[in-house]
Amino acid sequence: MISLAGRDILHSWGKFVLTGLGLGLLIGVTLTMAGVYRGMVDDAQVLLNNSGADLWVVQKDTQGPYAESSSIRDDVHRGLLGMPGVAQAANVTYLTMQVRKGNTDVRAMVVGFEPGQPGEPSYLVAGRRITRSHYEAVADVNTGFALGDRIRIRRHDYTVVGLTRRMVSSGGDPMVFIPLKDAQEAQFLKDNDAIVNERARTTANPALNRPGVPGLLDAINASQTSNHNVNAVLVRVKAGYAPEAVAQEIRRWKHLQAFTRAQMEEILIAKLIATAAKQIGMFLVILAIVSAAIVAFIIYTMTLGKIREIAVLKLIGTHNRTIAAMILQQALGLGLIGFVVGKIAATIWAPAFPKYVLLLPGDSARGFVIVMLVCVLASTLAIRAALRVDPATAIGG
Amino acid sequence: MGASVGIHIEGLSKRYGEGDTAVDALKEVNMSVAPGEVVGLIGPSGSGKTTLLKCLGAVIEPTRGRMTLGGEVIYDNGWKISDLRVLRRDRIGFIFQAPYLIPFLDVTDNVALLPMLARRPNGEARARALELLTALDVAHRAKAQPSELSGGEQQRVSIARALANKPPVILADEPTAPLDSERALAVMRILNQMATQYQTAIIVVTHDEKIIPTFKRIYHIRDGRTVEEAGEGRALQ
Ligand SMILES: Nc1ncnc2c1ncn2[C@@H]1O[C@H](COP(=O)(O)OP(=O)(O)OP(=O)(O)O)[C@@H](O)[C@H]1O
Ligand SMILES: [Mg+2]
Repeated sequence: MISLAGRDILHSWGKFVLTGLGLGLLIGVTLTMAGVYRGMVDDAQVLLNNSGADLWVVQKDTQGPYAESSSIRDDVHRGLLGMPGVAQAANVTYLTMQVRKGNTDVRAMVVGFEPGQPGEPSYLVAGRRITRSHYEAVADVNTGFALGDRIRIRRHDYTVVGLTRRMVSSGGDPMVFIPLKDAQEAQFLKDNDAIVNERARTTANPALNRPGVPGLLDAINASQTSNHNVNAVLVRVKAGYAPEAVAQEIRRWKHLQAFTRAQMEEILIAKLIATAAKQIGMFLVILAIVSAAIVAFIIYTMTLGKIREIAVLKLIGTHNRTIAAMILQQALGLGLIGFVVGKIAATIWAPAFPKYVLLLPGDSARGFVIVMLVCVLASTLAIRAALRVDPATAIGG
Repeated sequence: MGASVGIHIEGLSKRYGEGDTAVDALKEVNMSVAPGEVVGLIGPSGSGKTTLLKCLGAVIEPTRGRMTLGGEVIYDNGWKISDLRVLRRDRIGFIFQAPYLIPFLDVTDNVALLPMLARRPNGEARARALELLTALDVAHRAKAQPSELSGGEQQRVSIARALANKPPVILADEPTAPLDSERALAVMRILNQMATQYQTAIIVVTHDEKIIPTFKRIYHIRDGRTVEEAGEGRALQ
């Protein structure tokens, strides 16, 4: 027996390839949408991995530092170092902002860290680590900065001395690492006008500017302009200690929130990108429906165009299941062409996306199965029409 | 007339519908066609020709009567064959008004499809097809697509297809209607040749004045009843 479906596809290959191409681009978009989601999850994981922490200690009752803003005093880490099980505790700041790059600006997450502590970029693709305590920066290559470039963050210029790769925030913004002191200033220090203004208010306040208490006003002013806040403390746990147990102690004694790695993942993936994931899920459902409609429509019209031949085939003794198999195989063939085109298209255009698109082989496999299922479903309409054809219609009236 | 071989119909009736709207399309039709014989079935519009052909072709069920095909009773107030699809595939050849070739199969496979459907190996099926195409003088177009053939060539391929499984009977539904008289006579010549060569009983439903003189025997059908008469049986060279 010959393959009727195969012969028909060869006979009208132009129509098949064109439809397959259109369907393929749609499947490519679908695979890319899944890749965008995977990229977001992966970004979140890379973010957690790169911080090199076992625990994230943040302001009480917040889910900082990535999902909510958190502010704690920068001497908290000393207290933490004294707790059992804590090996390292380092201050970090995170601030997503527009940094100047020549005449334009790029969206970046500015990270303040202490050299040699958790939070430092672990791996450089070019250049060196930050060695001076001010005005040097390590930037992710996605920011577009090159070694030696100058970055303007607030009031200061920073020289790019090193480059990293795949260091992005949970929102996909590339990171710029600068020394902690500079970062604290960038985040918490007010501009000069605001400071002058604030001092004038303090001076005018009789409760703070008391003639009988010399030095009070100066002390208050000094305290207002100093910046002793950070967003989080990254803690590394000593070997042999369970991170959750250490976290519990911190929560209990320090009036701070402490998250383990698993809890941070939960916050980032289940909460922070949950809406985006649902958004993408909606797209996937719609794209699947549109693909199904296209396959159903094409296979149905192709079958209707063959009604006379199908009646003849039935009259001369072709089994219903042979005819059903012919239509089914055509639908699957269309799906196969579409999937191959889609996979190639997604692979080609994924690197051009501004955010990380991660195409997982598992997603492709699942996508393939779904495409095939959709094609089977879509062909049922055409198969029903073909099976209803009365062989008697081949013999005219 | 051989009562046991060829095709034999006795008292065949067909009623469409029920009650007030019932139509008696066939009324006690009798007919016999011997192997190697080509008979005409002629009648005015609405007389029941197509209905008879569909009953013979096992695509609609008669209401009453008896049909014998190649010596076997296939209908006796009910089908005596369990699988009508296999009956049509193996024992009845169909030729239509238009060739109705399968557009996505080449000429050889259009013919070879029938033996293939009957689970014959591809090689054997194609050899059979080529033999028939040679007999019908279209073997040189064996690899062509149906759309690349002339109308006459297409009709010859469709005749080859009807003969492919060596059926004892071929039913032809106005096979010459779209052809000019020369081509129509050529088709009749081929059908007569094939009937003799393959010992097939052929029934040709026709309105076509051009070919009526070629039949040796004609069944006239009027209001669902058949009358047999001798035809001119004009020789075809
Ligand atoms: N499916 C049907 N249901 C009801 N009546 C039918 C059906 N098919 C045919 N008839 C009726 O049966 C009678 C015979 O029809 P049939 O089609 O056999 O005629 P015919 O000889 O082939 O005519 P024509 O030369 O016009 O094709 C007609 O009166 C027709 O109206
Ligand atoms: Mg008719």
